Amino acid sequence: MIFASLLAESSSLAADGGQSTSFAIENLLTIIAVVSLVGGSLFSIIGGIGICRLPEFFSRMHGAGITDTMGAGLILIGLMIYSGLSLVTFKLMVILFFLTITSPSSCHALAHSALAKGLKPELDLKRGPVERQPNASEARS
Amino acid sequence: MIITALSATAIAVLVTMTLALIRAMLGPTVFDRVLALNMFGTKTVLFICVISYLQGRTDFLDLALLYSLMNFIGMVALLRFTTQGDFGQDRCDVSDILGTKSGPISRSPITADRAVKSAEVTR
Repeated sequence: MIFASLLAESSSLAADGGQSTSFAIENLLTIIAVVSLVGGSLFSIIGGIGICRLPEFFSRMHGAGITDTMGAGLILIGLMIYSGLSLVTFKLMVILFFLTITSPSSCHALAHSALAKGLKPELDLKRGPVERQPNASEARS
Repeated sequence: MIITALSATAIAVLVTMTLALIRAMLGPTVFDRVLALNMFGTKTVLFICVISYLQGRTDFLDLALLYSLMNFIGMVALLRFTTQGDFGQDRCDVSDILGTKSGPISRSPITADRAVKSAEVTR
């Protein structure tokens, strides 16, 4: 791993003399990167479970949205923090920018076309869940 | 510690891709499937980024960037096809671009064949 070897080199150079604070900062940055990566992966799994278990299409879009914003954002920010200031960070920033622009607009186009085709949300805020109409036997009694 | 975290992230992204594929297979409407495939594409981009860190090569980030753009274009094309039935090639009037009047045979290559064949059949 190129990045790990670079970090080890700089920390071993900093270990002599009065340069020990940079070692602590690099360790702290690594810990922040690990926390971001783990948080991002947790949000991805939560979004994946949501897209499987939620009852209808417009609710499932919420699960996909969680994955695209928090999951992708935290994972890429963790990778950026880990590699410091370099060309790799710039490339990751460009990837994050494109993901932020393209993924919500495709979800918006999808919801727009679903509404245009006549798919209605079942869990409506004003009406509550759609109630079952009473059939003939219940109407008589 | 970072290698453990990167491996755990890669496994989590793989699990999310599997869940998205399950929804793509199960989804009763076509919109569920398109949503799941969009999520699958986004997770693929993340997976390529994480794998590039595990391998130690920085070249894979270019692949991730390209794939995110291709995913977007594929989604837009698929949405156009599901809502309008074609990719829009018949409605493009080439005479506006060329500056000439278009005759009864349309100038797009796919329908030009069909028009010639139908003319042969009716003769």
